Amino acid sequence: MTKPEKSNPSSRSWLRRYVFTTSHRVVGVQYLLVALAAVVAGTLLSLLMRWHLAWSDARLPGWGQVKPEDYLALVTLHGTLMIFFVVTAAPQNGLASLILPEQLGGKYAAGSNEKTSARMALPLLNALSVWLTALALLVLLATPFLRGGAAISGWTSYPPLSAVPSAGPGQGHGMDGWLLAIALFCLGSLCSAASVIATVMTRRMGRMRWMEMPLTAWSWFVAACMAVPAFSVLLAACGMLFGDRHLGTSFFFPPIDVVNGVVLHHAAGSPLLWQNLFWFFGHPEVYIAALPAMGLTTTLLVTFSGRRILNYRAMVASTIAIGLLGFAVWGHHMFVSGMNPYASRAFGLATIAIAIPSTVEVIQWLATILAGGLRRATPLLFTLGYVSLFITGGATGPILAQPVLDSYVHNTFFVVAHFHLIMGMAGVFALFAAIYYWFPLLTGRLMSERLGRWHFWLSLIGAYAVFFPMHFAGLAGEPRHYSQLTGTASYLESLLPLQRWITVAAFVLAAAQLLFLWNILRSFRRGDAASGNPWNASTLEWCSADEDLEDRPAASF
Amino acid sequence: MRTVRIAIGLLALRTPFWWMPRAGSLHAHAIDSLMRSSLFALLALCVLAQVLLVAGIVLRREQRARFSPAWRWAATVAVALLFVWMTIAAEELWSTIRLTRAEPHAVQVEVTGVQFQWYFRYPGPDGIYGKTKPELIDAAGGNPLGLDPSDPRSHDDIVSSVLVLPVDRQANLQLRAQDVVHGFFLPAMRVMQNATPGRVSEFHLTPNRTGDYAIVCSQVCGLGHYRMHAVLRVVSAQQFAVWMSQREAAQAER
Repeated sequence: MTKPEKSNPSSRSWLRRYVFTTSHRVVGVQYLLVALAAVVAGTLLSLLMRWHLAWSDARLPGWGQVKPEDYLALVTLHGTLMIFFVVTAAPQNGLASLILPEQLGGKYAAGSNEKTSARMALPLLNALSVWLTALALLVLLATPFLRGGAAISGWTSYPPLSAVPSAGPGQGHGMDGWLLAIALFCLGSLCSAASVIATVMTRRMGRMRWMEMPLTAWSWFVAACMAVPAFSVLLAACGMLFGDRHLGTSFFFPPIDVVNGVVLHHAAGSPLLWQNLFWFFGHPEVYIAALPAMGLTTTLLVTFSGRRILNYRAMVASTIAIGLLGFAVWGHHMFVSGMNPYASRAFGLATIAIAIPSTVEVIQWLATILAGGLRRATPLLFTLGYVSLFITGGATGPILAQPVLDSYVHNTFFVVAHFHLIMGMAGVFALFAAIYYWFPLLTGRLMSERLGRWHFWLSLIGAYAVFFPMHFAGLAGEPRHYSQLTGTASYLESLLPLQRWITVAAFVLAAAQLLFLWNILRSFRRGDAASGNPWNASTLEWCSADEDLEDRPAASF
Repeated sequence: MRTVRIAIGLLALRTPFWWMPRAGSLHAHAIDSLMRSSLFALLALCVLAQVLLVAGIVLRREQRARFSPAWRWAATVAVALLFVWMTIAAEELWSTIRLTRAEPHAVQVEVTGVQFQWYFRYPGPDGIYGKTKPELIDAAGGNPLGLDPSDPRSHDDIVSSVLVLPVDRQANLQLRAQDVVHGFFLPAMRVMQNATPGRVSEFHLTPNRTGDYAIVCSQVCGLGHYRMHAVLRVVSAQQFAVWMSQREAAQAER
């Protein structure tokens, strides 16, 4: 793929230019399109869920009566789509491919005298990663149409529920499909991580030292370094679970398991092993999704305040500290699992420790914001929204870090509120900021500010209206994954008004996103023409290829 | 119109502080007071941060506030100290609740989760649980736990679908599951612990208020997850003795 292109680029077929290509920008856009398909599907599924939870007797249009197993299939698909295909695939794999090579000054690539066009290191691997991810998405979206329907064991798929096909509808072919989709996704993300790591190590322009890289590049690099062990472990765990299901192994089976009156004998494995492996992936995964957004926030605040990063070293150190500590906290997902209570204590301490580098970053952001003089444009608004949601979602972290407090709110709506604010909404706000910000770079046009402002305010109010009240449902003791609040413990019925409010707000929040889609379509064709560097950014992706970099001070990278 | 009804419903919903159900066990009061102080501290911190955020947007460049590095590090250390305080308080409480042994005179109950039902077994007058055999499990035939009739110690075991406990006396619960992972959640007692097939998890609690309390499942366990619930009935010591003797007599007749 490194051989020079002989034909004139314009004479290449459309397929070669936009589909089967290793061009880093096209691969990045392909990732964003995969994530867009996933986020649209995931949002529509969540609206069906919300509707059923609030009015469980209602017949949904095009669906009819939602059965309890349908609800669990919706939850499982929603969680899997959003966590893997949206908040991981888009900000890490997608944006890194889209921006990283040019941000590292790839137009002035190391070891070459002539100005070459920027590319990822290992471009074929990078292109392969998006194809694997798209294939994984297709497999996952096909599972509802298999016999028995989609898997119902949630995005965490705890065995034995996920290991025994007779444990529920969807646990047969649907669960196999889920495992295949996740295994493909793991392979894709491993390819992408290898490409990102190699790019940062070998494709920085000659004069850029490690401690001159933009915070975005640092975040993509650290997140990719986390993705390698995390996705490797998940891939292995998926293989082991497949073995338990079809090859007679007993990794996750207890010696005796009685499902539906049928006694299953196995060698002595443990369901807790899956939980350890899954969360050994699962918590680093949270930071793989969060770090690119945190780096982007720092970079955008610098750009829109027109000043330098207050403490670059502290930000780099925090990013690395989060990357390292991220592998020591998985046990806080297992405080109620029956794990040794002394181990809970150790994981609680590690979790509080990881809150400190995050606090360092928040305080640096706030100090930058407080210094005032921010240029108010849509990308900045979404960045400020990100900071607000990150703080609100993060504030409940120290509660969940404590085994003694977590063992009341674990697996309740309190946790749903926590991760939807900090991972879901904050992550999506960072993605919106990124798209509003880099749209002119890709298209030469600006997105509409008026539509952008409406989109921002409706989304911010909607996000708080949907997810903040969930804290109260959690404190009242409402567990997750309940398909209805009637016909269960009587205290849950009193939470129906709250859940109905959340459903109404969720529809408003989802509808507001139509403004964004319209803005993209409209601006792509008719947006105002943008100058080469409309936000006066100092990072290199905004330099035109002819600009002479010799005069640029190194500190501005 | 519907939204208005929902808003009225929300206002009319009178729940205790922070919406948590009234505490019904000894350690629940300690957890609540820690939860309250932690939530207040974090809420205050969150509101302060949001106010600073809005101030940054509203202030013009001329009015800008400059935070020296010393201020920023002081703020970081202050937040870190708050986290340290929370951790020390929470770890102390965790030690007193979970790192202690059950008292010898505690009521012993074995809890078994199975899709989608909870069963509670008391060892009976001999104080020993009889053997169970998975092949004998027959919920429809009245032997949901597979008690082995050939083991004399199983003859006096009492199996109930209601968890009855005496007030002000410690209860020691052994948690098991037959099929998949279930979550044993007693909101009013502030207790949650998973029941995992192939393992026994043990914990103890002391109910200190009589009444009926909900037991629900907190770990997704299949299509009936939402309706997997049971009742904890906390009664006086006298009522507990009466209930126990009635069940023992009924058991002896079988």
